[in-house]
Amino acid sequence: MKEYHLKTIKQFVVAGSIAGSAALLSACGGSEQAAGIAPNVYTDSLFAVMKADRTNYTKLVVKRLGPAGAGAVKPDEHWEDIPNGTLLPAQMFRAGAEAVAEMTDDFTYSLQSKWPINSQNAPKTEMEKQGLEYIAANPGENFYGEETLGGVTYYTAVYPDVAVSDACTTCHNEHKDSPKTDFKLGEVMGGVVIRVPLKSS
Amino acid sequence: MKKLVWGLWAVVTLLIVGYYGNAMFLSEEKESLLIGEASYGHYQIEMVCDSCHTDPFGGPEVLQKACVSCHAEELKEGHDSHPKKKFNDPRNADRLEVIDARYCVTCHTEHQAERTHPMGVTIPEDYCFHCHQEVGEERLSHKDLAFDSCANAGCHNYHDNRALYERFLVENADQPWLNRLAEINAADSASFHGRQVLATKTEWHLASGEVAKTDLLNLQHWDQNRHVEAGISCVACHESTPGSKAWVEQPAMEVCASCHQQENEGFRKGRHGMRLVQDMAAISPGESRALSFADASLNTSHSCMACHSQQPKSERAVAVTACLGCHQDEHSLAFERSPHAQRDEESLTCATCHMPRLTDAPLEATPGQPVLTRVEHNQSANLRPNEKMIRPVCMQCHSLAFSIDALADETLIQNNFRGKPGHHVPSIDWALEREQ
Repeated sequence: MKEYHLKTIKQFVVAGSIAGSAALLSACGGSEQAAGIAPNVYTDSLFAVMKADRTNYTKLVVKRLGPAGAGAVKPDEHWEDIPNGTLLPAQMFRAGAEAVAEMTDDFTYSLQSKWPINSQNAPKTEMEKQGLEYIAANPGENFYGEETLGGVTYYTAVYPDVAVSDACTTCHNEHKDSPKTDFKLGEVMGGVVIRVPLKSS
Repeated sequence: MKKLVWGLWAVVTLLIVGYYGNAMFLSEEKESLLIGEASYGHYQIEMVCDSCHTDPFGGPEVLQKACVSCHAEELKEGHDSHPKKKFNDPRNADRLEVIDARYCVTCHTEHQAERTHPMGVTIPEDYCFHCHQEVGEERLSHKDLAFDSCANAGCHNYHDNRALYERFLVENADQPWLNRLAEINAADSASFHGRQVLATKTEWHLASGEVAKTDLLNLQHWDQNRHVEAGISCVACHESTPGSKAWVEQPAMEVCASCHQQENEGFRKGRHGMRLVQDMAAISPGESRALSFADASLNTSHSCMACHSQQPKSERAVAVTACLGCHQDEHSLAFERSPHAQRDEESLTCATCHMPRLTDAPLEATPGQPVLTRVEHNQSANLRPNEKMIRPVCMQCHSLAFSIDALADETLIQNNFRGKPGHHVPSIDWALEREQ
């Protein structure tokens, strides 16, 4: 694989921790590194944190405190508009992506699917389309590539987004806007796309 | 000859630079720098250039910061559907080339009166189509709708869709057009905030016997129901500094604001008081570029007492008589014949809709403090687009369907809601169809 030098890695990791009831959060500021980390190691590491947080939020908050558990919180698409409303796992993930985008432009990430409830989350660029096809056809594998958007070249990595809880499959299978209604636990439901702006070495 | 031409050129150049330099850096008079009339929302402060142009060398980020400094809170309250953070992902690069939705000024360019649409929008009104064109193909109900009808037909708003999102439409369908006559909460926010402020002033005077509560009840100009019951003596407002005994005939707005904090905050955000933020005198009707006003009111500058000094003291005097003392447009003049006005003399007023009483939502209340009700003194907060009025105002008595239809009917708005809507917005029907 071609060696890349990342633009900078000011914020290496955005991590979350779930404590007690419903708090998920936090960013670990990282140290500045000059260069040298392989881009796939960088994006793999980011994805590991994202996946861990997402899984924990789904299992430890939504499942445990939501309607299937203690009934203390109501995960809902319109969570802001209902008492005790909390974000759906996918919304929590997107909220993290948006919060990161406000902190740094050294990387971005998004959650997409070939079968999105909101069509805005369908793959759009050629690389996104290729990546989502690849991870669906090759379970357990990731997809890496390079693309130019708006005059900037990005290292783009696509990771499988797997249904970790029946909360995921039930919600998607029953949603009136879902184009696929037979998701099963452990199945690839979509992909996480991470982009890192590059400058050639 | 050549020297003469160069000399003339230098003199003319120096004169031009001097003229504009003086206007920019020295003179209070900035009119020569104005490149075009500002929009309805900003014309009051158009001569305070640095209210938006905070840095002469800044680019769009500087203007964005200025927009956000005034409007961020209302966008957050309105659950903004299109915040900047949604457009930062590089996958939107192609879209941003068409409409750079990260910046307010892309759609709301100032000083462009000749191409400014309602809501201060300065781009063609088919802007939704650029990102949501698939909706027209995928949803039968939307198939033949005009490209520019999404946000101006009562169905969608770009920023605030709290009363229009699909689930809300479904959950509030099938209601009678008039549910019940809502009870209007008494405003208690100022009383709560004022308690600590006044403790050091009023109670001392009452306790020391300098002022007797019974004496206050006889004063004609006093609001007997509110201030006296709260134990507020004359000196609480009319004394220049506590204990000084120096009488101030007309207390400044800051005195009112010491207790009426939220009301003052709202007043300064709305069109009545927005100039105060720029250290200007509040607008008078004669300076307005939009509505019609009574001749006698043209030089009346806004302040608390411009409305709250009406006699005899009554809610109607402050919230109807005071308004109609200035506002003479068709909608205002039709108020007295409106079913709202005829329902009950004391309860429904102009302010019921335009300055509604807002009770803190349980989630927004400060832990350990009571849930308070305040009068929203930013009369612009729910005015444009008018669907913002649906939940806090209309739906307190009316159904969602009636509210949407009524607010989309311009004739009904002008005659102050005398009659039923002559226009039907099918959004609830379509939402219900999709549920089946």
